[in-house]
Amino acid sequence: MSRIVLDGIAHSYRSNPQGAADWALKEVNHVWEDGQAYALLGPSGCGKTTLLNLISGLLTPSRGRILFGDSDVTDMPPEARNIAQVFQFPVIYDTMSVFDNLAFPLRNRRVPEAEVRTRVEEMLRIIDLQDKAKRKAANLSADEKQKISLGRGLVRSDVNAILFDEPLTVIDPHMKWVLRSQLKHLHKRFGFTMIYVTHDQTEALTFADKVVVMYEGEVVQFGTPEELFEKPRHTFVGYFIGSPGMNVLPASVDGREAILGGNRISLSGSYERAVTAEIGVRPEFVRVARAGEGLPVQIRRVEDLGRFRVVRASLEGHEVNAVVGEDQELPAEASLVFDPARVNVYVDSHLVEPRA
Amino acid sequence: MEKPWNNKAWFLVLPVIVLVAFSAIIPLMTVVNYSVQDTFGNNVFFWAGTEWFEETLQSERFWAALGRNLVFSFIILAIEVPLGIAVALAMPRKGIGVPVCLVLMALPLLIPWNVVGTIWQVFGRIDIGLLGRVLADFGIYYNYTQNPLHAWITVIVMDVWHWTSLVVLLCYAGLVSIPDAYYQAARIDGASRWAVFRYIQLPKLKHVLLIAVLLRFMDSFMIYTEPFVVTGGGPGNTTTFLSIDLVKMAIGQFDLGPAAAMSIIYFLIILALSYVFYTVMTQTGRDRETGR
Amino acid sequence: MLELRDVTKVVGRETHIRGVSMALERGSLNVLLGPTRSGKTSLMRLMAGLDRPASGDILMDGKSVVGVPVQKRNVAMVYQQFINYPTLTVYENIASPLRVAGRDKATIEAEVRKAAALLRLEPYLERTPLELSGGQQQRTALARALVKGADLVLLDEPLANLDYKLREELRAELPKIFAESGTIFVYATTEPSEALLLGGNTATLSEGRVTQYGPTPEVFRNPVDLVTARTFSDPPLNMLKVTKRGDRFHGPQDTAIAAPASAMALADGTYVLGFRPHHLYLDPPGPQAVALKARVAVTEITGSESFVHLDHGGERWVALAHGVRSIEVDEDLTVYLDPQRLFVFGSDWLLAAAPALRSAA
Repeated sequence: MSRIVLDGIAHSYRSNPQGAADWALKEVNHVWEDGQAYALLGPSGCGKTTLLNLISGLLTPSRGRILFGDSDVTDMPPEARNIAQVFQFPVIYDTMSVFDNLAFPLRNRRVPEAEVRTRVEEMLRIIDLQDKAKRKAANLSADEKQKISLGRGLVRSDVNAILFDEPLTVIDPHMKWVLRSQLKHLHKRFGFTMIYVTHDQTEALTFADKVVVMYEGEVVQFGTPEELFEKPRHTFVGYFIGSPGMNVLPASVDGREAILGGNRISLSGSYERAVTAEIGVRPEFVRVARAGEGLPVQIRRVEDLGRFRVVRASLEGHEVNAVVGEDQELPAEASLVFDPARVNVYVDSHLVEPRA
Repeated sequence: MEKPWNNKAWFLVLPVIVLVAFSAIIPLMTVVNYSVQDTFGNNVFFWAGTEWFEETLQSERFWAALGRNLVFSFIILAIEVPLGIAVALAMPRKGIGVPVCLVLMALPLLIPWNVVGTIWQVFGRIDIGLLGRVLADFGIYYNYTQNPLHAWITVIVMDVWHWTSLVVLLCYAGLVSIPDAYYQAARIDGASRWAVFRYIQLPKLKHVLLIAVLLRFMDSFMIYTEPFVVTGGGPGNTTTFLSIDLVKMAIGQFDLGPAAAMSIIYFLIILALSYVFYTVMTQTGRDRETGR
Repeated sequence: MLELRDVTKVVGRETHIRGVSMALERGSLNVLLGPTRSGKTSLMRLMAGLDRPASGDILMDGKSVVGVPVQKRNVAMVYQQFINYPTLTVYENIASPLRVAGRDKATIEAEVRKAAALLRLEPYLERTPLELSGGQQQRTALARALVKGADLVLLDEPLANLDYKLREELRAELPKIFAESGTIFVYATTEPSEALLLGGNTATLSEGRVTQYGPTPEVFRNPVDLVTARTFSDPPLNMLKVTKRGDRFHGPQDTAIAAPASAMALADGTYVLGFRPHHLYLDPPGPQAVALKARVAVTEITGSESFVHLDHGGERWVALAHGVRSIEVDEDLTVYLDPQRLFVFGSDWLLAAAPALRSAA
């Protein structure tokens, strides 16, 4: 295991990229620490698979360098990089038994058969498939097949990182949490560097120490689950993380206030003057109050989700959502109060910090 | 899931049933009818029972022809299947080469049997054929009308040239349907080129190979036109296959009864061997899937 | 009105639907809620006339429609897969049922425009389905079902194949779309939150039986039995087997819970306590709270909420907390119950007492 350095890498599938739109992945500079879990999160076409393929070596970046520890692996093929990968659809060798599947990467590397046996048997125990060691892998269920894929990676002692490409896509919903919990245990126990690609926010936030949120080829935020929720650095992060997503409203900002139509919204810090800014506030930090207390709104609809309700309201023609607890009474004439400490300011979709 | 029930479906199937009845079932019954009777023409028939069947099964001529058929089919499968897989593996997966290769592969399949026969007949002739002349210049006197070995080689080469494409196209279709992830996983696992073939490509080709083997077996077992055009079953009887023998008997000698009995036996052999092939190949597949 | 009277469906030796009776009013939205293989699709096929019931009767406006083939009935269906004509434009896709019905050009134009406006497809009318996102493809299929003017529109998990953000958007729009049409909607889903969002009526299905049918919030808040409560809970309902002695419920690991007022009158005996994940607290909700020990299996974080999967003496529980709570696996945790929030089910699994504290809605 070693840390991964992405030194100014960028990738374009065109031979002669011109504008920003030609880059499938815009420049990334990150250091990924050894033994940590990273998730690449974003909608389809955001560049997350491109980034994964650059790390695994299936693609060579158009620009920049990739280092594993101190060695430059930019031009190395996948087999030379000592990585393991679990794919979206379980990749198993149909004609082999479960045991032989796990032994395959070791035998390919001419590991002595006695050592193969001990390592595979230990791995069978870890992924809980001892009793199926002699079965043909083809007939196992999807979740067992994915465990074999994972086991084939873990059985090698020399892997730098294990890459996961949406590995739970084909798993039954009720099995998903079981696999998540097993994977989490394995990560805790073995401390392998884990890179997990997904479009599912729950999977990303559940697995990762750090989440890399990608949008249109750009890394828009690199942070912990808490940071993504509380301080989205880009309006897309606010929209994508959380259900319902963050409220984003156009406003002009000056000092400690944001102005939206005829309304003044107080902010927690003092900001540079910006005429075309946006303010973002999560529905969880919007309080429904009696009319006159806060921003005047019209309540369009209340959705009862059992454990909470979503109040969908309209403020100066813009939709604003608020989350309300199951026991809270809703006033007949309502207004909304934003928690000033939780209101973020965005210019050109990017978060701006208040003046010191 | 069950289909919606609708009795009208039977009316839709009816034309096919009628068609199959006229094209297959009724001729087959006619043949059965001939096979148990004797005739001297004038539409006068006598009951012959199993006489023709017994005669056929006891004739050396029949067993010799059957033996030639089996050897021929075995050689054809042994050459065309591995060659087809090898060519399919060598074909490009993307780019301009793909349509070019596919068209080239499809060409032999578009040529009618008798034309293939004629092409090779002329091609191999020692006096005017390109192949025959070239070989003769090298001191090899290639003569398929007199040398039995040369006759066999001609028929086999002709069939390989004509039909390997079919195996190639089937295998190619099987190969391109393997998701990229399998190749990527194999690279990451450090698999050799041979291991990729043995553990990924071959298992995924199993189903198309089953179809290829069945088609090529049935077709090669019923070989008729090409040897008929090129060698006419000769020299001697060395390339007289069952089908050629059958036609000689039925049309040349007008022995309708024995010919009918022979064709039924021929039909049953093809049916039985195809069934054996099918069950053996699907059975091994099932073992793999249940893993017990 | 569509009425099912004691409908049963048997395939081979398996009974797929057993004794289902329900009446669906015109202009109503009816959700069939149940896990996979609980009989939702089988029931829909019976309603559509694709299958014939083994026994029982299906009536449309008082007339039996058993044996009337689906082509002769005015039914529309939307599936989990996005099914459109791939070579036709979105406009032609939506227009197709009207063309089959032989409507005149002006009517078709008007109907298609109306449906496209409702489903926000106007900018894409000249494209083919393959040039659209999954959400737009499913909107096209929905529009086609709407313009048909069917008496009965069946939707079989129509949002299951969409990304969660698209699902969230379309889910919020559907009730409005349904409200504007006067037909009977039947909507199958595995997700309780979808049933709650759609509102209308909900029928909970389990092993081919309808366990309860009524207004959606009513079924959610007053399940008649344990099976219904479990079906209508995601993440799953937490359960605790207890014995009532006097005014206390005694559980494993020396747990003693004071019986709430609603359950005080129950006879002594064995019961199952049920409580929803958001009523299993990580911080004590008040002085009446009961503390319990549990071990963390995994914490799933959705962003705005965290689901803490717990193990309590072999029972799997889920606690739901707001915001991002990173709790390590295998950590021992104290969790809290509010006795006022408990469902009490008898040993026959029927509801014995509903929570004393009722939600505001």
